[in-house]
Amino acid sequence: MSVVTNTTTIGAIELPSRRNTELLLLVFAVVIPIFAYANVGLAVHGKLPPGMLAYGLGLGLLAGIGHFVVRRYAKYADPLLLPLATLLNGLGLVLIWRLDQSERLQNLAERQFGAFSPSAPNQLFYTAVGIALFVGVLLLLKDHRTLQRFTYISMAAALVLLILPVVPGLGADVFGAKIWISVAGFSIQPGEFAKIVIAVFFAGYLMVKRDALALASRRFMGLYLPRGRDLGPILMIWAMSLLILIFENDLGTSLLFFGMFVIMLYVATERTSWIVIGLLMSVGGAVVVAGFSGHVEARVNAWLDPFACYTTSGACEQVGQSLMSFGSGGVLGTGLGQGHSDLILFAANSDFIFSTVGEELGLAGVMAFLLLYGLIIERGARTALAARDPFGKLFAIGLSGAFAIQIFVVAGGVMGLIPLTGMTMPFLASGGSSVIANWALIGILIRISDTARRPAPAPAPSPDAEMTQVVRPS
Amino acid sequence: MSELTLTVMRLGFLAVLWLFVIVAVQVIRSDLFGTRVTQRGSRRGGGDTRTQPQGGRQTAPPQQRQRRGAPTKLVVSEGTLTGTTVALQGQTITLGRAHDSTIVLDDDYASSRHARIYPDRDGNWIVEDLGSTNGTYLDRARLTVATPIPLGAPIRIGKTVIELRK
Repeated sequence: MSVVTNTTTIGAIELPSRRNTELLLLVFAVVIPIFAYANVGLAVHGKLPPGMLAYGLGLGLLAGIGHFVVRRYAKYADPLLLPLATLLNGLGLVLIWRLDQSERLQNLAERQFGAFSPSAPNQLFYTAVGIALFVGVLLLLKDHRTLQRFTYISMAAALVLLILPVVPGLGADVFGAKIWISVAGFSIQPGEFAKIVIAVFFAGYLMVKRDALALASRRFMGLYLPRGRDLGPILMIWAMSLLILIFENDLGTSLLFFGMFVIMLYVATERTSWIVIGLLMSVGGAVVVAGFSGHVEARVNAWLDPFACYTTSGACEQVGQSLMSFGSGGVLGTGLGQGHSDLILFAANSDFIFSTVGEELGLAGVMAFLLLYGLIIERGARTALAARDPFGKLFAIGLSGAFAIQIFVVAGGVMGLIPLTGMTMPFLASGGSSVIANWALIGILIRISDTARRPAPAPAPSPDAEMTQVVRPS
Repeated sequence: MSELTLTVMRLGFLAVLWLFVIVAVQVIRSDLFGTRVTQRGSRRGGGDTRTQPQGGRQTAPPQQRQRRGAPTKLVVSEGTLTGTTVALQGQTITLGRAHDSTIVLDDDYASSRHARIYPDRDGNWIVEDLGSTNGTYLDRARLTVATPIPLGAPIRIGKTVIELRK
């Protein structure tokens, strides 16, 4: 070669399916919770917990089934999603079991409900159901684009799911928020499932309308103001989320819906003005609702100064206890099973489970957990970037955006960054609907990432319509 | 349980948790999402430095001569793309109607993957027909094997003629 040049070539290669990497990480993700379980047992009872082998085998079996199905039916899927979800779910089980051991919580349950029943076995059962749904998603949903056909049906389904808790006789007003329904003895939180269903609608709708939303707008003060008829849907979603807030007292879900819609709108149109408009609208809505909803107002007061109303209001006491548990955890934490986060009492193992992480694992542990969540979100966003079809892109970014908002809302709430809302930490918190819905979410992300990372089909032999003409000697 | 064991377990657990995070990030790092970056120049340069001491002076002069007379660009002199030039920088140039060709020919008489032009190890530019329907002609002779291209010789592909220039 005459000239030594520094040319770099970027070419497509046959992607390794990375299933073995996934398996390795999965083994790691099962071993860590077992270690945590042993640690809690040693700290609380001074001996290894008796159920350790069964628990380890159970988690390992569930993870193994998940891995087998991914290996068989979603060969090219992202290698990180399943191990990350398994690790968070396993650690969540350990934290719930650890709070089951607290005498304070046992006494509280006996006083309130007459009997104490441990939450960890239930949670393990819900995890199994969640993995079953995960497997079901991978088996039944061969191509995520089929969901595109159900755009408007899923809108109706999501609305029905959201309205269910307000229906008399079906809905249950529990602890000030009407977000549960009770069916056959089980209480279900339809909002968790509505989150996934509405993402289908948003993705399908925005895929069709994004050009109109992005291009037909007037420029005003540096912002692209959309036309009235394009602004219609966002106003409708805004009104809908406000109505949820008013009727069901569920600040979290309404924030989740509105935030998810704004994120997807931004991704679909690439217009920053949607974010500005969305933030203004959510702030306006929150201020208005805080004015005439007592439930929300109490939460806001607890956020502004939890120690001012510590003795008078239950909400303030919860937030105050949560802040104190984060504080007493320090940098390295008190060690698993050695904290006093059970002082939060009510909802210690569901909404406030992150305070237990903060106290017993300290800042180092909280950061690690946030990074684990962050990695799931990153893989979701990466899947959206790699997806080849616009519906898949929007769907993946919507699901990971919803996941991100949920974590921000819950973690921010228990740390006193934003007013507390009744939402669950995905995979960590005790609660069947949350675990099951989030496993379904991970299943859908794995399906999209499998399609996105699958090697592109070989190009057609002749990309041009007409054949090469043959020169005939005349 | 002794205080020491619990402290060790506490720190050990945090270490293991962070190890998982770090391993996961490493997996992302190695997961370059379907692209492979090849440093052509450095590899070629490395090859040169390895052969130079062995080959001695005998191999160096021809390379020097080649370097002086080497073509630097490919020019399309006939056909719809007349006037197009492509700098020759050691990369393989593919010609054809396929959209991923270096030079996409809009020519009914060209095949999808018609021919390619590449430098051999000594830096000579070689043209090779890729089994095209109507053949590739170098100076009126239809190519059957990969042939070195003399400077300025016309290469005909369908209605298109290209040549290498200094």
